[in-house]
Amino acid sequence: MIAEAGHYALVLALALALIQSTVPILGARWRDPALMNVARSSALAQLLFVAASFAALVTLHVTSDFSVVNVFENSHSLKPMIYKITGVWGNHEGSMLLWVSILALFGGLVAAFGNNLPLSLRAHVLAVQAWIASAFYLFILITSNPFLRIANPPIEGRDLNPVLQDIGLAVHPPMLYLGYVGFSISFSFAVAALIEGRIDAAWARWVRPWTLMAWIFLTLGIAMGSYWAYYELGWGGWWFWDPVENASLMPWLAGTALLHSLVVMEKRNALKVWTILLSILAFSLSLLGTFLVRSGVLTSVHAFATDPTRGVFILLILCIFIGGSLTLYAWRASVLKQGGLFAPISREGALVLNNLFLTTACATVFIGTLYPLALEVVTGEKISVGAPFFNLTFGPLFVPLMVAVPFGPLLAWKRGDLLGAAQRLTAAGVLALVAVAVVWAWTRGGSSLAPLAIGLGVFVIAGALTDLVERTGLFRVPYASAMRRARGLPRSTWGTMFAHAGVGIALIGIVCETTWNSEYIATMKRGDTAVIAGYQLTLDGVLQQQGPNYREMAAQFSVRLDGEPLGIMTPSKRNFTTRGMSTTEAALLTRGVSQLYISLGDTAADGAIAVRIYHKPMVLLIWFGPVLMAFGGMLSLSDRRLRVGAPKPARVPPGLQAAE
Amino acid sequence: MKHIIAGAFAIAVLAGSSAACAVQPDEIMSDPVKELRARDLSRELRCMVCQNQSIDDSEAPLARDLRLLVRERIAAGDSDAQVIDFLVARYGEFVLLKPRLESHTLLLWLLPPSTLAGGGLALWLNTRRRTAKAQDDPLIKLTPDEEARLQRLIAAEPTPDKLV
Repeated sequence: MIAEAGHYALVLALALALIQSTVPILGARWRDPALMNVARSSALAQLLFVAASFAALVTLHVTSDFSVVNVFENSHSLKPMIYKITGVWGNHEGSMLLWVSILALFGGLVAAFGNNLPLSLRAHVLAVQAWIASAFYLFILITSNPFLRIANPPIEGRDLNPVLQDIGLAVHPPMLYLGYVGFSISFSFAVAALIEGRIDAAWARWVRPWTLMAWIFLTLGIAMGSYWAYYELGWGGWWFWDPVENASLMPWLAGTALLHSLVVMEKRNALKVWTILLSILAFSLSLLGTFLVRSGVLTSVHAFATDPTRGVFILLILCIFIGGSLTLYAWRASVLKQGGLFAPISREGALVLNNLFLTTACATVFIGTLYPLALEVVTGEKISVGAPFFNLTFGPLFVPLMVAVPFGPLLAWKRGDLLGAAQRLTAAGVLALVAVAVVWAWTRGGSSLAPLAIGLGVFVIAGALTDLVERTGLFRVPYASAMRRARGLPRSTWGTMFAHAGVGIALIGIVCETTWNSEYIATMKRGDTAVIAGYQLTLDGVLQQQGPNYREMAAQFSVRLDGEPLGIMTPSKRNFTTRGMSTTEAALLTRGVSQLYISLGDTAADGAIAVRIYHKPMVLLIWFGPVLMAFGGMLSLSDRRLRVGAPKPARVPPGLQAAE
Repeated sequence: MKHIIAGAFAIAVLAGSSAACAVQPDEIMSDPVKELRARDLSRELRCMVCQNQSIDDSEAPLARDLRLLVRERIAAGDSDAQVIDFLVARYGEFVLLKPRLESHTLLLWLLPPSTLAGGGLALWLNTRRRTAKAQDDPLIKLTPDEEARLQRLIAAEPTPDKLV
């Protein structure tokens, strides 16, 4: 009954989405406020029905109703409650339902809080949202229905993949989807602007909070996923240049560029063409990610060919939306009037440079991810593109970008003074050089690039602080008045500072971890001691434990530094009986921002265990940086300017006034 | 398995096996310099039965065979390039995680630098064109009358020096 209700609710949501895709557009064409307002009520109703459908699937999972295929294949009655809930999106069908739920949520938010939008813009935006929604409802209903029943219900389920039975699954996919799908709003706004042929600073002000919100979630989602991979997979890697990771990195790069363009559009009414293009790109790349992962094309081109229904359907959606929006862009972009002029050396110019580097980085990831697939389809030749390729091509792009980051906020709009900015950055530059010298002296004989990279990170952080010092007049005016000025600064300025500093911090973490990571691989017996980076780790013993749906072998290590006990670490291996799979649970010991990391390998016949111990210096900075970036984004989002919302345009077309 | 975690999407591509140690203790060479070379080489080589994993990361039996093979070649006195050539001759170019620059990978290697260069050039030309256009723009340029009036106003204004 619940499954059928959920299914039916989804069908109703599709019907509503179809109405929402057409009626408001006609309303805008005929200037009929009543028809345009259909968008609002149907978006809200759609949200209600999709939420009901999602709630139905959650209920089925929570109550372990194994008469539903999706529950049978991905759940187990003994699974802890949290994983019964997160298991809802731990599979293809459920994750697509989460995808459309979040899409409907964003549509509903625009409908609920978009009262200050011009009526026709809101009608167009919601209609475009509904096009996307309709396509994905159809996809779910035709190829990936999560509510299918089994004729003869089994008594027990097949359990969720053990690797996914982790708190990470509760946080990472929803965050990532809030990011991906959040970009649909900027996409819809961009398409609406192209249809209406009008785009102005007010438009940028409406789009910016949505983009910022999506970007914050995507940043946190990627960072969270990276940390999850780091502790769950057992070899201490945190980024693999895997196509699936690349699929989330591409929209992030485009979205970051979009955010910066929106600032220019809002403040200076320039970079319209960039802004529209990046809005389209950010969401198109999110769709591409969905295709890459959902179609099975990554596993093998042949797997895609043998079961092409899902893949072809998403490919079709991809072609229609990306092709359609880019065609619309090519056709209508020239209508958008070019805004304010600026000299190449100016804040606008710096942001254009930023866009250029970020889009090139995005293109690099794009070609590296898709080229092997394309080559195999076209010529049948198989090549691999992995981490060494990306390290060589993607890395160098970030060096000039990072050098430029501190300059951007110090340049004036329209016409900047590069020399002046450089002078104001002297202190930051000196600090960076000191950092290079100190690190170089400290790690003599080691890598020569690492100290330079750390210097660059310090430069970015100090540069971000320089902007703040300049604006508050700290060290120039009395302390009290500098503090007063600091309080008076717009929150978006603070946001910029935190976000840029976060970039520098992440860079330092990445460099330290990759350069000075130490590793100890050996088989250990009870009483053996391993020494790594000055820490002594003694294997005290091994114990067997029974978990709710697994058996666990845990090894206990006591950790000492110079004879002083620091704590106990218990890495383990879990064996999940239902699927016959095992997972490695790494043990982590955090010291400041560095970590000790132990993961277990196989046990030999004589009881000795293969052990990998890592010391990862500064590793937590890798994720602390993105968290700081997201925090900066949140500060910026809470800026008064965005809270208050965009002002109404001075001139409202006379026919539309009544509805406002 | 890393891809499972890497994105929520990845759930679809479950390779479905355990995470474990890659390099096993019994594989390690006694000479630390040679072992380091073996590790560096391993990171550039793909485990052909895995998704986008290097043999250094993978726990698949094939990856172990390849790791042992790399160490065997190093122990036999091969240079890094010789080891790579040996593996490519045996397993094809698919084994390299960083493809060689050849005719069929030209686009792959050239796209990133040419995007940067092309994009930079396009932006520069665009700026020049717009600046040039703006200078010819009658709305931005002053008419001779306006120019003369401006000169008069400037002349009439007391200079800052006189104010002091």
